Amino acid sequence: MKHWWLTLLCAVIALPSWANSGATEKRMLDIAAELRCLVCQNESIAASRADLAVDLRQQIREQIQAGKSDAEIRTYMVDRYGDFVLYRTPLKATTLLLWFGPMLLLAFGLLVLATTLRRRKSSMADALLSDDERKRAQALLAQTTDTGT
Amino acid sequence: MIAELGHFSLILTLFVALAQGCLALVGAARGNAVWIAFARPAARAQFLLIIVSFATLAWSFIVKDFSVTYVAQNSNSQLPLLYRIAAVWGGHEGSLLLWLLMQTGWAYAVSVFSKQLPDAMVARVLGVLGLVTAGFLLFVLLTSNPFERLVPAPIEGMDLNPLLQDIGLIFHPPLLYMGYVGFSVAFAFAIAALLAGQLDSTWARWSRPWATAAWLFLTLGIALGSWWAYYELGWGGWWFWDPVENSSFIPWLVGTALIHSLAVTEKRASFKNWTVLLAISTFSLSLLGAFLVRSGVLTSVHAFATDPRRGVFILMLFTVVVGSSLFLFALRAPKVGMGGRFELISRESLLLVNNVLLAVAAGAVILGTLYPLFIDALGLGKLSVGPPYFNAVFIPLMVPALLLMAVGPVANWKSAKISALMKHLHVPAVVALVIGVGAPFMLGRWSALVALGLALATWIATAVVKGIVDRMRATRTGLRAQPRSWLGMHLAHLGIAVFVAGVTLVMGYETEQDVRMTPGSTVSTGGYDLKFLGVNKAQGPNYIAEIGDIELSRDGRILRRLHPEKRSYLSSQMPMTEAAIDANGLRHVYVALGEPLADGAWSVRVYYKPFVDWIWIGCILMALGGLLAISDRRYRLKRRERKAALVTGGATA
Amino acid sequence: MSRFVWPLVGFIVLVGFLAFGLTLKPSEVPSPFINKPAPSFTLPQLASPEETFSPEAMKGKVWLLNVWASWCYACLEEHPVITALAKTHTVPIVGLNYKDVRGEAISWLERHGNGYVLSVSDTQGRVGIDYGVYGVPETFVIDKAGLIRYKHIGPVTDSAVRDTLLPLIRELEQ
Repeated sequence: MKHWWLTLLCAVIALPSWANSGATEKRMLDIAAELRCLVCQNESIAASRADLAVDLRQQIREQIQAGKSDAEIRTYMVDRYGDFVLYRTPLKATTLLLWFGPMLLLAFGLLVLATTLRRRKSSMADALLSDDERKRAQALLAQTTDTGT
Repeated sequence: MIAELGHFSLILTLFVALAQGCLALVGAARGNAVWIAFARPAARAQFLLIIVSFATLAWSFIVKDFSVTYVAQNSNSQLPLLYRIAAVWGGHEGSLLLWLLMQTGWAYAVSVFSKQLPDAMVARVLGVLGLVTAGFLLFVLLTSNPFERLVPAPIEGMDLNPLLQDIGLIFHPPLLYMGYVGFSVAFAFAIAALLAGQLDSTWARWSRPWATAAWLFLTLGIALGSWWAYYELGWGGWWFWDPVENSSFIPWLVGTALIHSLAVTEKRASFKNWTVLLAISTFSLSLLGAFLVRSGVLTSVHAFATDPRRGVFILMLFTVVVGSSLFLFALRAPKVGMGGRFELISRESLLLVNNVLLAVAAGAVILGTLYPLFIDALGLGKLSVGPPYFNAVFIPLMVPALLLMAVGPVANWKSAKISALMKHLHVPAVVALVIGVGAPFMLGRWSALVALGLALATWIATAVVKGIVDRMRATRTGLRAQPRSWLGMHLAHLGIAVFVAGVTLVMGYETEQDVRMTPGSTVSTGGYDLKFLGVNKAQGPNYIAEIGDIELSRDGRILRRLHPEKRSYLSSQMPMTEAAIDANGLRHVYVALGEPLADGAWSVRVYYKPFVDWIWIGCILMALGGLLAISDRRYRLKRRERKAALVTGGATA
Repeated sequence: MSRFVWPLVGFIVLVGFLAFGLTLKPSEVPSPFINKPAPSFTLPQLASPEETFSPEAMKGKVWLLNVWASWCYACLEEHPVITALAKTHTVPIVGLNYKDVRGEAISWLERHGNGYVLSVSDTQGRVGIDYGVYGVPETFVIDKAGLIRYKHIGPVTDSAVRDTLLPLIRELEQ
């Protein structure tokens, strides 16, 4: 901690918030949970204890009290910090592959599976037993059961 | 002097590893029995040499030899002994030495537990492992030598990162590395099979216990990491989809696909190419993870101090190992035969759908983790991908996998009838629906997601219990008479059910409050009352702590005192939060100190987390299931047969 | 052969990206203000708080806005470079004293030199947020029309001055 009084300063700035209603707090945390802290970049602004995060939480509180909507507050942050600050990656032309990739991958995977199974079946068809062999095989199989493990 | 001994030992190991790699592989290709015989003793020698190396580094820490740069960077004179030893793997260089210890350790295990395999096969496997070890040794010796000296030696060291001075540090990296590195054995088996041109169900049978063993260690390592982050970082989260976490999770997902795929290949000799590709991929993803964590390519709270030179070397190592494997795969795979046939609805096809789901899930996590890098590299700007993305993408993929988890074990191999499946599953379906729909009401608040999660967990758990009971009845034998690998499967699946239940309940019903508390004030959560009594200062071995005093009570009855701490470590300026947790298996009451405010007040975070322990208990059950599976009779039978053979015929191993 | 080559192909593409990734700096957040007007503000001056300063006052000139604080270690590192640049009178440098205490800031400048034309006090960091400041130090290059043309993240080094800032300033002066 750089200077304890600086923390105090920030906390005192934040202090009025605790006098506020729980609803503001909850809404602030909900919005802050979807914003990335730029100092500790793998935490949300809601969770981070960095000074900047404290300041930004206070900003959000003030904006909520000023009657701004969630979208307006997010735009405020993006205007200043860019798309990077959005924890929930926005859906844009550059992120189409990101958001639809897994779905496409799943469709592709299932398609490959289905095609491969069908191809196996048809190539297996060539390797079938002759009638005589099949009768012998069936007789043998009837003696054991496949319980499978 | 001791440190130089350790350094020398590393150089020796490099020569042995290179020799082993070359001799064993060439020898196996040529059928040269003498060269093949070199493989096993060489594996043992490498392990011993690395133990020496590791011991010298540990010794340097124990005696506080700050003339060794790495020791000076990661400890100081006030660091308690236990953490001084654990600090051996607290930084980049030492953690690589730990990796090498595991790598040679697994190779040693293969050399010991492989008496029933043909020598040429073992030689190939050990040869591949030797080459991988050699790669890591070059990395250490050329860019990350833990034994470098600092001249002049400082009087005092820098101290271990306070976040790492914790019991979690002692066990998390070793367990994790056992997993990461363990998959190199399955990898080596795959490469050996491709080299020999011998890819059949026996290969799958040999590989399977090794893959399962690695998998169970990785499961424990990840679970421990999650638990450690939960109580150490102070804000009650247990998974953050952080790039380093993802680096361990991706190999886990693919490793899970691998152990299922090996089951198909072992039983039915089907899908050998796919299984080989999975085996190559799992270890490759471990290497990718190592690269991501150490190269500075991604930002993370976990990442080691970065150095682009190291990044370049690991990337080269990664490229050589994986590139050559995939090249070999492209060459040899077309020659591999087909294997047994099976119907569209059969255990094989269900396991393959499981594989597709797990592979796509792994792909999604890779995509999300690397996407910022792709976009930045293409000059399209900077964006971040966080938990909202991963949760949105991962959970829907897992729902069908969880559904199938109850269906697979009751489906017959080769061909399964839907009517038979429904007969087995209608009890689990009914129970799951009842609990899924009903339980949320009892817990306070109904939510569709909670209902879904609980329904899935109950579906799996009931199917497991029913499956075991049915089989015991059908064979008229007790629990212990059932095949261990089969029981292991059920136990692991039960672990997943417990895990899913824990996650669902925590995410559905946890509460968080961030309040300003003055001495005497109370806050309530989950039916409990917490009274803030004040904060006292205390001195630890290498830190100053402010210890909160909080009284936990319920319905007026005082239960205990909780002591969350805020520590200032003397050597670094980072303040650390130590949360105080009251746990009883069914819920956690979690308290962490925030910042000091005016008038003796403090901001305090209070969490109520129901069933959060089930997350980690589920993981432990999964690992136990794996352990049970590898202790199956059929792996031990071979050794009894071998012993019998030795007694009667005097055959050589 | 064809199907089985795809994993290798995909792998090579991946390695290409990773190799390129080693040259990037992932934790640096680029400014969305490039080529946009510098956000307006009115702040008290550090030396004489009764007087204020606004970026509009600098219209018609190319200037630098340097974010600093007395509690910031990296600012101490870059300060000689900034002061040396100021001495060449190439471009006026205005300091944004970020989340600091006035007394500490003034004595810091007395101790380490003051090349700033003036410094303003942003005690609460609000202006910093308006500029997208997320760490200290940061330096903005603002052109004659009041548009932000470049943001330097972290301490300004001699090579950054030589290779990036001075050429840009010369270009903007024309």
